[in-house]
Amino acid sequence: MTLIASQPVQTMPAEGCTDAPVLRERGQREVFCGLTGIIWMHRKIQDAFFLIVGSRTCAHLMQSAAGVMIFAEPRFATAVIEERDLAGMADVNDELDRVVSRLLERRPDIRMLFLVGSCPSEVIKLDLSRAAARLSTQYMPGVRVLNYSGSGIETTFTEGEDACLAALVPELPAEHATAAPSLLVVGALADVVEDQFIRLFTQLGIDDVRFLPSRRADELPPVGPATRYLLAQPFLAETARKLESRGATRLAAPFPLGAEGTTGWLQAAATAWNVSAETFEQVTAAPRKRAQQALEHYRAPLTGKRIFFFPDSQLELPLARFLSRELDMTLVEVGTPYLHRQHLAEELALLPTGTALSEGQDVDRQLDRCREARPDLVVAGLGLANPLEAEGIRTKWSIELVFTPIQGYEQAGDLAELFARPLNRRDRLKV
Amino acid sequence: MKLTVWTYEGPPHVGAMRIATAMEGLHYVLHAPQGDTYADLLFTMIERRDKRPPVTYTTFQARDLGSDTAELFRRSVIDAHERFQPQAMIVGASCTAELIQDDPGGLARAIGLPIPVIPLELPSYQRKENWGASETFYQIVRALAGPQAPPPGTERPARDASRRPRCNLLGPSALGFRHRDDVVEITRLLDELGVDVHVTAPLGATPADITRLGEADFNVVLYPEVAGQAATWLKRSFGQPATKTIPIGFGATRDFVREVAGLAGIDPEPFLASAACRLPWYSTSVDSTYLTGKRVFIFGDATHVVAAARVAAEEFGFEVVGLGTYAREFARDVRSAAERLGVEALISDDYLEVEERVAELRPELLLGTQMERHIAKRLGIPCAMISAPVHVHDFPARYSPQMGFEGANVLFDTWVHPLMMGLEEHLLGMFREDFEFNDDAAPSHLGAGHAAPATAEAAPAATPVSPEPQPALADAVLWTDEANRELKKIPFFVRGKARRNTEAFARDRALDRITLETLYDAKAHFGR
Repeated sequence: MTLIASQPVQTMPAEGCTDAPVLRERGQREVFCGLTGIIWMHRKIQDAFFLIVGSRTCAHLMQSAAGVMIFAEPRFATAVIEERDLAGMADVNDELDRVVSRLLERRPDIRMLFLVGSCPSEVIKLDLSRAAARLSTQYMPGVRVLNYSGSGIETTFTEGEDACLAALVPELPAEHATAAPSLLVVGALADVVEDQFIRLFTQLGIDDVRFLPSRRADELPPVGPATRYLLAQPFLAETARKLESRGATRLAAPFPLGAEGTTGWLQAAATAWNVSAETFEQVTAAPRKRAQQALEHYRAPLTGKRIFFFPDSQLELPLARFLSRELDMTLVEVGTPYLHRQHLAEELALLPTGTALSEGQDVDRQLDRCREARPDLVVAGLGLANPLEAEGIRTKWSIELVFTPIQGYEQAGDLAELFARPLNRRDRLKV
Repeated sequence: MKLTVWTYEGPPHVGAMRIATAMEGLHYVLHAPQGDTYADLLFTMIERRDKRPPVTYTTFQARDLGSDTAELFRRSVIDAHERFQPQAMIVGASCTAELIQDDPGGLARAIGLPIPVIPLELPSYQRKENWGASETFYQIVRALAGPQAPPPGTERPARDASRRPRCNLLGPSALGFRHRDDVVEITRLLDELGVDVHVTAPLGATPADITRLGEADFNVVLYPEVAGQAATWLKRSFGQPATKTIPIGFGATRDFVREVAGLAGIDPEPFLASAACRLPWYSTSVDSTYLTGKRVFIFGDATHVVAAARVAAEEFGFEVVGLGTYAREFARDVRSAAERLGVEALISDDYLEVEERVAELRPELLLGTQMERHIAKRLGIPCAMISAPVHVHDFPARYSPQMGFEGANVLFDTWVHPLMMGLEEHLLGMFREDFEFNDDAAPSHLGAGHAAPATAEAAPAATPVSPEPQPALADAVLWTDEANRELKKIPFFVRGKARRNTEAFARDRALDRITLETLYDAKAHFGR
């Protein structure tokens, strides 16, 4: 492995899709709302509870979107607004206090409670930040009460995680201005992935590494002007803005998907910490080689195959970059709910010139384009997957890409396998 | 405000989607934010439908609220009509759009589309999914069949004797518990009886079919939750009588055949004499003796619960120890079924309350919904599904109706399967301390791990119900070690009952200690 290969970001010419035109559509969007993020966030922050203030629809969404019910009593619930709350027969704030007190009695293990706004609570202008402040005063120091909106009129799917993390930022302890530089990895990752990254950073000589979200609400990482942060997920616009207002500095990098993305991501930290090229090469060579080896299994089935992304998680651009550059797939259309040009600058530069990018959605028109193009594989949400399969188009459920550990070197092969499996299945089935 | 973790029913617009998705040639334009599109997956994933539900969502966003959400809705209606060319359209709002009061019905009417546009008023903050399905079906029937209704008071002409009697099959919908197979089974049964099915609705019906509902001689209502209201209106408007019996179970199917024959004016006996059903013999055969008096708890929608209670008591020889429903609209039917069986009905849509009742009654079998399956797993009780809400497993690939004579066969197999077989249960009684064949062993045909009793791990500490409730300290009766050891030899599924009975026996006699003798005295006193 040459040194050049270990520093792809710095050596890339400014081309790719940096200034590429984007098809912007505003029609029916077939995506989840931000509440869905609670399904993984409540597993990640182990002493937090998420109380949606919403309607029966919100509760029904939560149990349907999880696909299978997580029946070990989950740490989320919905306070369902009823007719009497709307008609003013009951004071909504009193009702909320009652629900919260019942909840905290039942769950003495909870250290942090998120009041999560929904479409109806936003429309009736229920002020959850005031409610959170009031309840916090009542339950501190035992329980901290925060709020954010996961409403579908404001957030799309993974933006719920952004809103949740952004709500955490003001709560992070202040790091002393004179503190030695520390690294903050931002965005929920599987525990196993976090542990792998900690080992790599340690080997690179970066010891002070923290994660947001932390696994426990009472172990929030400190933040301050000495904080350098790396985004582990591409959908954290608001969280990044809030971190910067606390003095933290973003390390621009591609996202840690695939061998190349992971190398670029680690390189950004290594550069900031002045890690020598030799050390970087020494630490990353073996796992990078393993990742490339793992990808070899899936090269044959994926190379040259045409893939079409419907917008879902905002992971689409990094995934498309990985599939096109490391597995030689052809990108037919890469749709994303939002395109954050700044956070995705490195990704855009790496995408093949001429890639069809789309932002937002008009699902019927996009389906027309997809049918017309007849791609080999479509990445789409649960509402679209089976109907497309029934039309003879192979699909990959996009939600699996959010629920599966896919970041880092050791998961690069797993990530490729997720795309290869539907094609493998098509080849096996004689039905 | 109500604290909810899991819900038995979705919001009413999901009920409307169940009707729209069941039908052909109908389109639903729903004023709703983007998150509400999750409902598509209920149909494409849980029911494995191969088409998207015929629903257009306006997916308005916060920035639209300040401008013109009404225009967005109008545009969506026009686009949907142009793209999908439906025969008729239903329009309405989800919970959020209800709050912004754009009046979808009025807006759609003003467009002047060349097809019937039916407005739906589904109050999301008061009503739920089944009500929404029923209301939607009723509004569609009224709007489309209404113009064909004769003037009020018109006598229904006698059936033309040269054709067979015909009926409509009403109620089957998308996401229904085995509706797909029930329709096939009942259509076949009616055909053999000599009755034609004129229109099945909403499942598979087009708006044009709905306009022809009045041509049938009578209606067969398979699911009153969905079709009861529409059937009442059809009776009033077209003079069509409707069936009341739900053909679930051997006895109810025979009653149903007689009721249909009465409405059709034909003789049911030749058909009944020839109809084959295995349930009666399977239940009579000596092998089934072990089913006698098994304690069963039943929960679900009203139709399936009331039917299952009769089947359990009369056709399996079970003892129904409790039953209930989440459908408040049908609470009265369930209460009277409970009364007939001498138990108290539980009317609740709070699964924690259901779990509490199950834990208290310690049934040997739970017949319920997706929720009860989880409750049963947690409490280590065998369980079979009888009703919606459903999961992907409840849409089996094989033919598996609940209704008719084949449905009765399916019930026999499905309800017996989770239970320990007779001889196995006896062996457990004889060799209670066998290291391989003990309380914690699952029924041998289910393999390891199936329906294993709840462990500390499966029931988190925060759970309000512990698998075996300990008596409150205040009225605790002391168990001697010897008696306690003997109690542990009783199989787990009756141990709770034995403990309660013995303690009640001791308290009644003011005994302060339970000895080995007390245990067996109590056993003799109570019987099994």
